[in-house]
Amino acid sequence: MNPAPGLVESLLPLPVLLPLLGAGAALVLAGRPTAQRTVSVGVLAAVVAISAVLLAGAAGGPKVVTVGSWPAPLGITLVADGLSTVMLLTSMTVTLLVLLYAIGQGTSDDDARTPVSIFHPTYLVLTAGVADAFLSGDLFNLYVGFEVLLMASYVLLTLGGTRSRVRAGLTYVVVNVLSSLVFLIGIALVYAAVGTLNLAQISVRMASVPPGTQLAIHLVLLTAFGIKAAVFPLSAWLPDSYPTAAAPVTAVFAGLLTKVGVYSIIRTQTLLFPISPVADDVLMIAALATMVIGALGAIAQEDLKRVLSFTLVSHIGYMVFGVALATPAGLGAAIFYVVHHITVQAALFCVAGLVERVGGSTSTTRLAGLAAASPLLAVLFFLPAINLGGIPPLSGFVGKLGLVEAGVQDGSVLAWLLVGGAALTSLLTLYAMAKVWVLAFWRPVDQLPAEEPADDRAGPAGPDRSGRSDDEDRYPVLIGAGPPRGPGTAAYSGELLGTPARRAGERTRVALPALMTGATVALVTVGLALTVVAGALYAYTDRAAGDLLARTPYVSAVFSQTVDTRVTR
Amino acid sequence: MTTSWLLLMLIAVLYTAGVYLLLDRSLTRVLLGILVLGNATNLLVISAGGPTGAAALVGRAPEAAMSDALVQALVLTAIVITLGVAAFLLAIIHRSWTLDREDDLTEDTEDRSVRRRLARGEQVDEDELDTTGCEEVSDTDDDRAGSEAGAEAQA
Repeated sequence: MNPAPGLVESLLPLPVLLPLLGAGAALVLAGRPTAQRTVSVGVLAAVVAISAVLLAGAAGGPKVVTVGSWPAPLGITLVADGLSTVMLLTSMTVTLLVLLYAIGQGTSDDDARTPVSIFHPTYLVLTAGVADAFLSGDLFNLYVGFEVLLMASYVLLTLGGTRSRVRAGLTYVVVNVLSSLVFLIGIALVYAAVGTLNLAQISVRMASVPPGTQLAIHLVLLTAFGIKAAVFPLSAWLPDSYPTAAAPVTAVFAGLLTKVGVYSIIRTQTLLFPISPVADDVLMIAALATMVIGALGAIAQEDLKRVLSFTLVSHIGYMVFGVALATPAGLGAAIFYVVHHITVQAALFCVAGLVERVGGSTSTTRLAGLAAASPLLAVLFFLPAINLGGIPPLSGFVGKLGLVEAGVQDGSVLAWLLVGGAALTSLLTLYAMAKVWVLAFWRPVDQLPAEEPADDRAGPAGPDRSGRSDDEDRYPVLIGAGPPRGPGTAAYSGELLGTPARRAGERTRVALPALMTGATVALVTVGLALTVVAGALYAYTDRAAGDLLARTPYVSAVFSQTVDTRVTR
Repeated sequence: MTTSWLLLMLIAVLYTAGVYLLLDRSLTRVLLGILVLGNATNLLVISAGGPTGAAALVGRAPEAAMSDALVQALVLTAIVITLGVAAFLLAIIHRSWTLDREDDLTEDTEDRSVRRRLARGEQVDEDELDTTGCEEVSDTDDDRAGSEAGAEAQA
């Protein structure tokens, strides 16, 4: 496919614009759930199609649009290059599938109190923010993109306002506001140093800034992005806040938000500060710590959602490792890994939502016999789980192999250490996944440790070892608050909660909600499809990495568009 | 680049006060801390724009004498964002207040159960511990009426 000239440029602002307009429309259509769903699904499907066209169009070199034809330092530049389009297409596909999952969950929960009128507009705003961050060619616009998506994420995380979500949401908001402030400080420093915020212009002018100043600015920006990407030691907020949110919200957060941070790290490393041995070493050590500590955390957890949150942190380490190598091979593998990880992690969180639906809990201490209760669910968990663990020939293995190869090529002591750490983390991840598999799916129901059967039932202050669901019993369960536990659905929960455990001896098959399952199947399939197209994708990410490290394609594409050559001050 | 000493001192003071407020357990103070930090950062952005000059209106002053309009635009955006976040935080603090009648940062459930386990000895049944969540409310009532010493004693 080779789009007509000019077409790509005119489509470029749409991934940001369409979701924003859609959000407005969805807000107007509050109270008409069907119309709202149609709008959001339609908008996201259109954005996915546009992203595919952009991906094809950017193959010939970065495409640039100056919004409103304002010249560079004053106006905003949108740039679609190899990295941003592949990120955009992957994230938008995942967003669309998770939206379908969320609709499925909301529909089958069939709860009149569900505040869908908030969910859909906010979800679209989140999408717009993510797209804006990926396409931005301007540091301040990147900040605005971040803020748009963060603002939406605050709302989505605290949806329903239950006690656990308010508690987790407060931590999340405060941490992210702080990281945004650090980012803003970085922007002020950049502007003071080079007098522009256009990424291409910064990359040209930064060369004349003294190395010490460069390093200071660089580290400030890395700190800001490190918090957002959840790189150790700035990752503690993530496993604390993500598991409390609704399953689809966690899935989309896990897939996208940290990856926007990783994307920003890649941009900063390649475009703004291409030669930075100190920062590379810092990133290497941070990557090692993130991988190993995250994986160890995952093993220690009992709750499936918390296990997944820790593996999410852990695998951010792989991407940072690839970026820190600063070689085309390492960067290419890192981009490949980002694409793989977005789909796999989102799929796993969707499966966790289904597990919660079927088993009534996500705690591995209370789940058993799921493989017998629902073989399809078992398959849906198993495939992304071993993919995450890096079993050949799946895409997780390809990505890890690429990173290890790049590390070996680099040959430094630190790189070898990281190669070892990567292999260890892969095994630890596999162990964590196997633990969940053995306990929740394979363990026969009668081996479940004896607990008072009344535990799972809806009732005031139902004790939960994870301590998170206790308040959801007392407050109305709003969209996707997990299993229906509210008093109104007590009959339903009596049917499902805690009982597959006790009843699986009778081999009851639990029916899965159709749309949720369909969306999860699609996500898992996309993850597997990445394995099939791994060769082509790898070639693509390698080329994107080459362009990123060469820098000239990006810079010259921006400069040919923006006429401005005068110095601002 | 020249920048004003006074402005830098002010930024330093605001950062200090902001960090101090942010580390408080009271949520309202955390919010105030964020606002102060936000304003400190806004001043920093302004000072990144160089020395002050005439208003950036065409025709009023020669172009060289004007102050940088871009940083002002940036700060305007940042102020709007901070305002939005502050409004959201206020709403969520209010929600926290309606739920628990407390303005304090609620502790992590895991932390709480670990601490209680330590206090009572390891062998106590965890499930039993988790049902005692309501005692938190009375704890914090003392806290609010009393002093920070109370909070420290709890910890």
